[in-house]
Formats: sequence, structure tokens, C-alpha cells
Amino acid sequence: MTDTTPTNSLFKTSDRTKSRNAAEKRFRVYGIIAIFIGLFMLLVLASTIVLRGTSAFQQTFITLDVELLESKLDKKGNRNIDDIKKVSTFGYNPILVNAVRGSLEKNGIETSLKKKELSGIISKSAPSQLREYVLADVSRIGQTIEFRFLANGWIDGYLKGRYTRESVANSKFASAEQFDLIDELIKVGVVEKKFNLDFILGADASDQRPEASGIGVAVVGSFYMMLVVLLLSLPLGVAASVYLEEFAKKNLFTDLIEITISNLAAVPSIVFGILGLAVFINYVNLPQSTPLVGGLVLTLMTLPTIIISTRASLKSVPPSIRDAALGIGASKMQMVFHHVLPLAAPGIFTGTIIGMAQALGESAPLLLIGMIGYIATNMPANISEGLLAPNSAMPAQIYEWAKRADPAFVERAWGGIIILLIFLLTMNTLAVVLRRKFERRW
Amino acid sequence: MKDQLNSDREASLSNGMPKITAENVNVYYEEVHALKDVSVKIEQNAVTAFIGPSGCGKSTFLRCLNRMNDTIDICKITGRILLENEDIYDAKVDPVQLRAKVGMVFQKPNPFPKSVYDNIAYGPRIHGLASDKSELDDIVEQSLRRAAIWDEVKDRLDAPGTGLSGGQQQRVCIARAIATSPDVLLMDEPCSALDPIATAQVEELIDELRQNFCVVIVTHSMQQAARVSHRTAFFHLGSLVEFGDTEKIFTNPEDPRTESYITGRIG
Amino acid sequence: MSTYGVLGLLFLIAIFGFFFGRIKALSSADGDIKKLHSLPQFYGLNAVFLAFFPPLLVLVIWTFAQSIFVDERIKRELSPWILAEQKNINLVISEVDRLSDGLKVSVELGSLTYQQISAKTVGLGGIENILNASGVFLTDDIQAPILAAARLKFYMETLGNSFRNWLVIIGSIIGLVWALTQAKLNFRARPRVEQMILVLLAAAATLAIFTSVGIVLSMLFEALRFFGMHPWTDFFFGSTWAPSFSAGSELSILPLLWGTLYISFVALLVAVPIGLYAAIYLSEYASRPVRAFAKPLLEVLAGIPTIVYGLFALTTFGPFLRKFFGDGGFLGVEWMSDSRSVITAGVVMGMMLIPFVSSLSDDIINAVPQSLRDGSYGLGATQSETVRNVILPAALPGIIGAILLAASRAIGETMIVVLGAGAVAKFAGNPLEALTTITTRIVSQLTGDLEFDSAETLVAFALGLTLFTITLGLNVLALYIVRRYREQYE
Repeated sequence: MTDTTPTNSLFKTSDRTKSRNAAEKRFRVYGIIAIFIGLFMLLVLASTIVLRGTSAFQQTFITLDVELLESKLDKKGNRNIDDIKKVSTFGYNPILVNAVRGSLEKNGIETSLKKKELSGIISKSAPSQLREYVLADVSRIGQTIEFRFLANGWIDGYLKGRYTRESVANSKFASAEQFDLIDELIKVGVVEKKFNLDFILGADASDQRPEASGIGVAVVGSFYMMLVVLLLSLPLGVAASVYLEEFAKKNLFTDLIEITISNLAAVPSIVFGILGLAVFINYVNLPQSTPLVGGLVLTLMTLPTIIISTRASLKSVPPSIRDAALGIGASKMQMVFHHVLPLAAPGIFTGTIIGMAQALGESAPLLLIGMIGYIATNMPANISEGLLAPNSAMPAQIYEWAKRADPAFVERAWGGIIILLIFLLTMNTLAVVLRRKFERRW
Repeated sequence: MKDQLNSDREASLSNGMPKITAENVNVYYEEVHALKDVSVKIEQNAVTAFIGPSGCGKSTFLRCLNRMNDTIDICKITGRILLENEDIYDAKVDPVQLRAKVGMVFQKPNPFPKSVYDNIAYGPRIHGLASDKSELDDIVEQSLRRAAIWDEVKDRLDAPGTGLSGGQQQRVCIARAIATSPDVLLMDEPCSALDPIATAQVEELIDELRQNFCVVIVTHSMQQAARVSHRTAFFHLGSLVEFGDTEKIFTNPEDPRTESYITGRIG
Repeated sequence: MSTYGVLGLLFLIAIFGFFFGRIKALSSADGDIKKLHSLPQFYGLNAVFLAFFPPLLVLVIWTFAQSIFVDERIKRELSPWILAEQKNINLVISEVDRLSDGLKVSVELGSLTYQQISAKTVGLGGIENILNASGVFLTDDIQAPILAAARLKFYMETLGNSFRNWLVIIGSIIGLVWALTQAKLNFRARPRVEQMILVLLAAAATLAIFTSVGIVLSMLFEALRFFGMHPWTDFFFGSTWAPSFSAGSELSILPLLWGTLYISFVALLVAVPIGLYAAIYLSEYASRPVRAFAKPLLEVLAGIPTIVYGLFALTTFGPFLRKFFGDGGFLGVEWMSDSRSVITAGVVMGMMLIPFVSSLSDDIINAVPQSLRDGSYGLGATQSETVRNVILPAALPGIIGAILLAASRAIGETMIVVLGAGAVAKFAGNPLEALTTITTRIVSQLTGDLEFDSAETLVAFALGLTLFTITLGLNVLALYIVRRYREQYE
């Protein structure tokens, strides 16, 4: 059987081996390609987020000297706040137009634009900004004050390259002449693009004013939701895990609980939304669109994750510790609460943070409990309002923006995603650090 | 019987050219120097046993002989191992082809989760040793016969190999290894997971295999080494301490360490 | 007293119980801690448990039961009038709610008295001014039946609440007294307290079951209502999805199921080969540094919220595809009329599922014992031959389980399809066309102004129940397969 003729030399790779090795190489290349596709997709996603989202943090501003004309704002001249309140935001428009004209004159720029087009370069939120300023202190009427207004979304879009003179040729919202004027104003420094803190801290605005909308209120909404999730899911999750891991006898009932938990972990999130709508809103009559309901739904969704990770960290505490505690006469409850739980705590917190990060990014259930289609304009004033007043949440706000027609909102949606991801990244890093720092290997 | 075996041993020893020649083989696992300067000549048509306490490097050395250590990233090997005057660590050598010539049987029976037939046919198939189905059937039958298990499995060739008993599984694994008609058969403690009866069957088989193959066996059982081998190498702490005729090693060892091990003082 | 007030009082009683129970136990032992059966705080905790938790349970259950009972009663009261006047029941109910809340606020502020309300001395005209004065503004003119219902609601709630509050407080005090009489030298406080803690722990564990039951029941009831209004044969076997808010909706799940399965199939077509090859490469070929680098990065894909993928599909990938296949695209074909399509949603969903498939498969491949690899290498098989002929067949059940789990994910995924798949319900084969899915329709039927009495809204619950059943089936099957697989190698 054995064949030791030189044709069988090890130094000569047979044709068959060559083709087998080629197949081997091909297979290996497939693997590398698969990894590269995966990493490439991540790269595409990450660069899309950065490229499309970072511009949301900058906004075009117009700085104007505004003369708060008494003739327009307080015709009677007696500074009676009730009379001044009667001047609607609409009444502030002429003042803005004058301010633009004044600025043009000062800088020696000529224009053929009409009133409406002149005020059109400024955000529609400018008049109410002025009005609030005046109502805060009526003695300001008559003075000339420097204001920084948001530019209209179309102008902002022009500066960010979203619109060109050609693309607005048939638009009724912006015109090439306006863009010409803006070019002039940029040269003299009246119009400039600057970091916009209001995007991060501010409230959402109606779909007429993309430039004025911010994600701050939604961040607060998310925060209150996470507060509910934390306060409910941590104690409940730990209690359930302790029971199942340390006390439950193996019987049909505990088996049922185990199976239920592992299945709940894989139930589509939207089903939890349906549950929330049917039970919390329709049945228990909790108020719609509120962080409380959102938090309850997300708690139910997150609990299985937290229970699974908590049980894993309880399991990792070695039996010797338990034996030691029981051996000196501690009751089982004392053993668990004095020894096992403290040792498992880092693992439990890590699992909880990861579960909460998941909940923070979840949007589908929030759609069903009414956290979209709602314009979150007011910061909640206190905790009870934070929990019980309708609000939005980060992912819901992003979805809301993604649905709106104006492309300026798409930019904001991507910007919102950057903020959401910063939160998620922070939470996950915290979890990793916790694990690294406190993880014990027994 | 004893005379018979002795005369066999004489015959094999006079056979002349060694099948495998190892020269100054060193193996490192990252910082650990696992095998130190091992040189040994392994002969054709004989059973060579590697013995020594666990962790002495005997299995490591065995795995060097068909380059199984290549699959471990951190393993580094220096020195030369010649298979019939060809350095198996030469850049031109494809380990895949080498392993077809140097088969291996492992500590734990490891049949693939396939039928008995597919287990045996696996090697011939990947190496393209059979040109048609009937030739493959032939190889399978021959291999099973030579592994002395044909009668036990011939009626259930389509049954999964994992369903057999431990001893049967190990003999199927041996049949699988000889199905590619290797020159050398390496066995890494082939009986350590088996009961005494199965062990006896496998040992008997080893003695028969010797007629066609160069067999190298690693064992931690000195009795087994004494029973089946003609030549014995004793490893200790990564070094080859002593190598010679089995009879001599067990009756009149030169090195005091060998004696200590044989008499049970170290191990 | 408000609900919060009662809660606060319960807290106070509990705190008092803790300290007093402790003191009482200690004094029964003449201040010598060694004579007590348990540590003094257990006597205190015993009081906390008895005085706090049973009344709390009563409080919660009563509150829920009362709100349901009152709602039903009000609906029954108003239904003849609503039927006669063709009113929208939800609007009427919310008006009643607002009005009765207004009455409550007014009483609290003192601008109305309980007697005035129950004696019905305030008529329709007067009530509005009184409420306005209390800062409650009503939208429409109040009608007599609404005022009557609001009165009834106010009356029932006030009465119910005061009953409840008395019950809770008296219960709490009984518990407290009971615990205090127990707080003596030989009372075995620790085992008792531990028993009660155990009950609480077990209750928390049971929550999972309640959640599941809640999911099933909440959907089941509404789905049954739906089947009461709409023939189930149309839902399961019809061919058209065309909700119309006038009469004659056709609400069949089949076109939605088609879209769901089609998109999930595309997603798996992307995720399974890439994920599986990536897992094989990472577990069999990659050096440790490469693995340590690539594996976590791939898993980042799974940690990104689905809204990000949805937005990516809608605003980046869809338009990108249109540049090729759309009107005036590079290829000069007009196969794609919308950025949203089966491919758009499917491929992006596939991206999301890659790490899901790869890390599950990675685990499963790693569970294949090394001895099988050794056996194959020892016979001279190359790595790829080993993977294809030994490892994959051995890992097949586990991998199938992983793919089933990924499929269940894909079917239940919402945000990507809501943003990327479109709203067209039909049996179309062109992957560049928009199709809709079950989850998309659930969202669209359950957002906006809802009328929980129309089949068009309630159908969402039937859809949800079907979705739940499908994914649950897939999960159970997958978990069963994976568990069997793991047992094989343990």
C-alpha cells in the first residue's frame, strides 16, 4: 500500500493539493470580504451620520440693530402692558424689515427686494423673539438694540449647500436675489454661520421653522423615561433574579417563568407598544404621550434583558462564598443580601446600563403611545410635569423630524442622532469601564 | 510468544534506514520552552512509544511530526524533522499533503457527526484517492477490516459514528486514519478514554498495524508502552532523557531519571 | 384626601412602625439585645411589612377597579344619549372627564361645595363661570347629559375614594398594632420578615408572566372585538388591504404578510452569508488581534438604534439606489419610483442583522469541540474543508436556530420598514417597488386620532397578535433547537 517512489515526494505539491489550496484561499478571501463588507457598512453608517449630522450644530444667524419703534408697538405711548400685548407678532414684522433696511444702508448695499422678501431672510420665529423681549420690559420700547436672529431655513440651507440659485428658481419661499443679498451680507459680517447651542438645548418648533427647532426638550423627555426605567427595572429585575437564582425551587411554575422571560426578551418591541397603548392608556387611563407611560413600556421591555444579565452575574459568584456565609449561621436571605448581591453588583449595574442604553434608543413602542406627531415645545417645570406632561423622546423626535417634508429637518434628524449616539456611547463606555474595573475572576 | 515478539523486534531493528529523523527540535509556546533539543530516529515497521509524566512534551513532539502544531498560532518550532530525508518543515511542504502521509489518532475518540461510512470516506474524498464509488467502498471496507471493526459495523455503515461505543468509536477513528494509506500513524494516548476491554482490542490492533505502518504512540501508561512498543523514548520536562529498546528502558535504564519514573518515584 | 396623601400617610405609619417596633422589642428584652430572638430591626421591619404592603395592595387594586367601574357606569349612563345624538363617544367621555376634574378642582379651591354639586343647585349656566374662576376652561358649551354624567362621576369617585382611604388607613393601623403586639422577646421576627421578603421577590419574578399574559390578553380582547366587526375570513384569506374610513374596508393580512416576508427574506439574504462567513473567519482564521478588533466593531452595528437605520434607508440608501434604478438614473431604467422599496429596507435591515447572525454563529461554531477539528486536520484536510465538511454540518442545527432568531427579528422590526419600506400593500414581485409590512400598518393604524370602535383601528391588534404568534413560534423553535444543540456537546 505504501508508496515511497519519488513521485510521492513531500516537496512536490500535487495538482490536487494545489487546487485544494486554491479553494482554501478562496474560502479565506470570502471570509475577509464578509468582514470587510460588515466593517464597510459600519464605516458608511458612521460617516453618513457625521457628514449629514454635524451641520445641524451650526446655524446661520443675522445680526441686526433693531429700533423698537414706539409708533408701531405702543401707539398710545403710555407703556401700558395690556395695550402692548395687543400688538401681535405680526405687528413686529415692519420693525424687522426696517432693521434689515437699516443694516443694508449702513453697509452700503443696494437691493431691489420687496418688504416680504427682506423679512423672508429672517426666521419666522424672529417676531415672537422680539415680542417676548419687549413684553419682558416695556421700557425698552424706543431703544435701538442689537439682536442676533436665526436666518430663515432656506437661507441656512443656501449657506450649507442644500439649495442653489438654480434649485430655488421655481420656489415661492426663496429666490436667487435673496441669495445675492445674503452673499453681500456675509461679506460685511452681518450674516454668519455659528455654533447653535439652541439645537442641543432648545425645543422643537413647528414645521414652518426648522431653523428654530432643537432637541433639548426631547432629551429631557428621554431622561425622565430613563428615570422611570431605572427606578422600576433595577429593583424589580434584581428581585426577580434573586428569587429565580437563589430561592426558586425547580418546578413547573419556575420553568414557566424562565421560558416566559427568555421569550419576552425576543418579542418585537412594537408589541410592547401595543401592550402599553391597550393597558396603560386605554385601560388604566394614564395620560398619553407622557414619559411615565413611555418609561413603563420600556421597563417591561428592558426587564428580561436585565434579569438575564443579573442572573449571569449572580451565577458567577462562587458557591464557596455562599457556603462560608451559611456556615457561620447566616440565613439564606442574609447570605444573599450581605454577600452575594454586593459581589454581583458591578455585573448587575453593567447589565442595567446596557439594558437602559437599549431602551434609550428604542422608538417603535413610543410611536404607539403617542410620542410622535406631538411638538414638544415646553421644558417641564418640575418632576411631576416631567413625568406626566406630554413630551417627546430623542428617538421619537428624530422620527418626527424624519417625517417632515422640509429637508432642513433631515439635517436635524441626523444631528439628533449624533446626540442620541453620544448618550449611548457614554452609557456603553461606562458599562465597559465598570466591568473592567470591578470584574472579578474567581 | 515472547520469543516471537523478540525476534520481531530484532527484525525491525535491523531494518536499517529510519523513517523519521528529528534533529534538535525545539518548541516554544510564547515564553514557554516546551520542547528542548530533541533528536530521535524513528524506524519503519516498528512501534515507538513516547512515555513520561504529563506536561513532559511527549504529545507536543508527536504533534510536531505531522505539523498539527501549525494550527496553534502561538507555537514556534525550530530544528529539523525529516520524513525519509525530506524536511517536513521545509517551505515547499504542504502540511495538508504531509498529514495524508502521517495520519493521527487522538486521545478522545472523535468521530465526525456523520455516518460511519462518511467518517471513513472523509480522508479519501478530500485527497481524491478514489476514482469512483466502488473504489471508495473498497477503501472503506479495507480500512474497517484492518482496524478490526468491519464485522461490528458492516451492517450499520449509515448509522451515525457518534452512536457507537467508545472502543468502537476509537477503532473507527483508527480506520479513518488508515483510509488515506499513510506511511506513519501517530497515536496520542489512544486508549486513555477507553475501558480495559476496549484498550486490549486497540492494543492488539496496534500490533497488527505495525506490519504496514510506522506507528508512534504516546502513552502515560508504562505497562502499555511495555506491551505494545519495540522502542521507547522517555521525556521529562521537555527533554528527551532516554531512547532505546523498550526492553532495555524498562529493565536497565541508563539515566537515573528514567529509573525513578519507571519505579514510580516521579510522575 | 388624594391618593398621594394616602400614600404619604402610609409611609409615615410605616416609618413610625419601624422605630416603634424596634423600641418595643428592645424594651421587652430590657434593652439587652442578646435576649431577643432576632436583631431589633427585624421587629421594626415586621411592622413595616404589615402596616405598609397589604394596605398598599388594597390601595392599588381599589384605584384600578374603581376607575374601570366608574368608566363603565358613565358609558352605560351616556350611551342612549350618544346613540340618539350621534356623538363621538371618545370626545364625550373626555369632556365628562374634564368637567368632573373641574368640579374636583373647584371643590378643592372652595368655589363650589360638595353639597352644591350633589344637590344639583348649580345649573348649566352657573357652572361654567365657577369653573372659569377656578382656572378650568371648557372648550364647548356643556350639555345637560354631560353635566349629569360628570356629576355622577364626581359623586362616585369622591365616595369611592373616601371609602378607599378609610379602608387603607384603618387596615394599616390594624397591621401596625398587630405587629407591635408581636414585637416581644420570643417572637421569631427574622424568619417572618424573610418570608415576607421572599413573597415580594417571587412577586417580582411573576411579573414576567403577567407581562406575557397582559400582552396576549390585551391584544386578544381587541382582536376579538375586531373579528366581531369584520369577517375573520377576509382578514386571514382576503387578498386586499384597503382600509377606508367610510364603510367597506378590506383588511386582509396576506398582502402585508407578503411584504413582511419579502423584506425579511432580502434582509436574511444579506445578513446570513455575510454574518456566517464573518463568523467563520473570526472563529477559525482570524489572529487574536484581528478578532479583538473586528468582532466588537461588527457588534457595534447591533447596538445602533433602529431609528438610525431607518433614517439611513430613507435619506441615504434609498436615494442612492434611485440614482441607479430610478427615473433619469445612471442605468437609464425606470424601475424605481420611490426611495422606499423592498431592497432599501431589506438591505439596511440586513446590515443591522449581520452582527446578530455573526455573533450567534460565532458562539455556536466555538461550541463545536476542538477534537473534531483536530480529527479533520489530522487526516490532512485543509481548514476550509474542515469548516465545510465537519464544522458546519456539526453546527448546522445551531446555525439554523440563529437564522430563525434573526428571521424573527426581521419580521418584528419596525422603524426600518416604517421609514424605508413604503405603504403599498400588494403582492408585488419587483424588489425595487415599495411594499408595506405588518409592523408598518400597526403603526399607521394606531397613530393619529384613534377611534377604538372602528375595525380600521382594531385591526392593528389582530395584526399585532398575528405578529406576536409568528415571532413567538420562531423564537420557541429556535431556542429549542439551540438548546438541543448545546446539550449535544456538553
